[in-house]
Amino acid sequence: MDDLRDLYQQLILDHNQNPQNFREMIDATSKAEGHNPLCGDEITLFLQIENEKIIDASFKGTGCAISKASASIMTTLIKDLTVNKAEILFEQFHKMITTGETNGDMGKLMVLAGVYKFPARVKCAVLSWHTMNNALHGNTELTSTEIS
Amino acid sequence: MFDVKNIRKDFPIFAEQPDNFVYLDSSATTLKPQSVIDAVAGYYSKYSANVHRSIYTIGEQATAEYEGSRGKVAKFINADSHSIIFTKGTTEAINLVAYTWARKNLKAGDEILLTEMEHHSNLIPWQLCAQETGAILKHIPFNEDGTLDLSEPEKWFTHKTKLVAVIHQSNVFGTVNPIKDIIKMAYDVGAIVLVDAAQSVPHQTVDVQDMDCDFLAFSGHKMLGPTGVGVLYGKPELLEAMPPFLGGGEMIRTVSLNDSTWNGIPWKFEAGTPNIAQAIGLGAAIDYINKIGLEKIHEYEQELLNYALEKMQEIPGINIYGAAQKRGAVISFNVENIHPHDLAQFLDNDGIAIRAGHHCAQPIMKKLGVSATGRASFYVYNSKEDVVRLCESIEKTIKFMGGSK
Repeated sequence: MDDLRDLYQQLILDHNQNPQNFREMIDATSKAEGHNPLCGDEITLFLQIENEKIIDASFKGTGCAISKASASIMTTLIKDLTVNKAEILFEQFHKMITTGETNGDMGKLMVLAGVYKFPARVKCAVLSWHTMNNALHGNTELTSTEIS
Repeated sequence: MFDVKNIRKDFPIFAEQPDNFVYLDSSATTLKPQSVIDAVAGYYSKYSANVHRSIYTIGEQATAEYEGSRGKVAKFINADSHSIIFTKGTTEAINLVAYTWARKNLKAGDEILLTEMEHHSNLIPWQLCAQETGAILKHIPFNEDGTLDLSEPEKWFTHKTKLVAVIHQSNVFGTVNPIKDIIKMAYDVGAIVLVDAAQSVPHQTVDVQDMDCDFLAFSGHKMLGPTGVGVLYGKPELLEAMPPFLGGGEMIRTVSLNDSTWNGIPWKFEAGTPNIAQAIGLGAAIDYINKIGLEKIHEYEQELLNYALEKMQEIPGINIYGAAQKRGAVISFNVENIHPHDLAQFLDNDGIAIRAGHHCAQPIMKKLGVSATGRASFYVYNSKEDVVRLCESIEKTIKFMGGSK
């Protein structure tokens, strides 16, 4: 159970039950869809970007606790970031999830640090992030975790 | 009395895994008894020659064992050996028919009749075939209880229906479809019938002569055998008239630089060196099943199924998909507010392996309005204790996740 408590920390359970920014955004300037064909998870990510800055972020979709919590936390963190800073955060997060290595303090994202020990769940944690990265770059093609 | 304790001793994985190991994913693939592992290893360590071409003792032994396996498969489903083609699995068996019989016989406007509860392996080959031939796909819908809606047969079975391809036992609902009725409806309109029997052959007596299907496909690894071997049964007159599938060695009679003639059935459809060890392993798996008795296995599984359904229904917030009267020991379910992947992760932590996902049946998931389900499926080595452990672990997960409120 210890390892599992690492994976399912209280903050993840909280975000799973009460996800933040879980809504559609009608005036989004950027929107992207992500899909994990292996498990059927789907996410639509909405961003409002003005002058290279993310003014608002939200998401809709279905997924497991890890993917939902990851998306929820992500939307709270990228709000008010510049596009460039969000890209850097994506890289740092991706590194942490796939290797367990962190560059300095990852703040709230540390609750997802245990995911790298569960290879089958890495895709769950990174789906929303890949989708966000696509939205940032105006790539409207469906993000698929199978490709990455 | 079904002696599950002794049966478990035949499966070395139980000694390798921790004591709390519970395997409930036999619909995906089954565990292997020692006798099957020995048969595979025995071929490689004692007589690993190629088949059908080696004029020396171990080559003849390999051929005899390989063809002996074909004989066992034939007897198991009451067919003639010549109508048994070894493939690498159910998927390849269905594709074989789609690429040979169907592409030769179907033309634009013809109808291929499937159902909404097909596994991807019995959907995609026909989608590809329809795209190429211009044939039209139709799907018999399923009811809320996971049974086929056959209330308006004339809507589905028409003079345009040329091929009916249907799953015998659903890998999601466990439903055993009324296959003989379906075959009769198909024959009444002059269609050919392919049965996807991947989930039924391991668990109930399937007699192809009694069923009278044209084609039947199943896999070795879902019936205690190795991966990499499966079977296509076909009526000999159909197989004879079909063009070859893959070209290469073994499937030819005479070859010149510009053309060739084909070997007789079934070898016409077995190009290249086959999966010899796997086919021999499948023979050993059939021996093992026969030793216990398929009827007895079926009865025991039904007992387990009923016990599991009863126990699982007591769990608050659980939703079980499928309620057919005639069904196999497969239970798909969801627990309120808990994603099946999270559930499977928690069960795994307790040593319990279930499947979580779309079960290669995305259209079913879409119709059910879910992205995934959990699925517990049972076989000879499972016990009532496994069911109890499953239910306890689900309840523990609900508590931890704060799922059911």
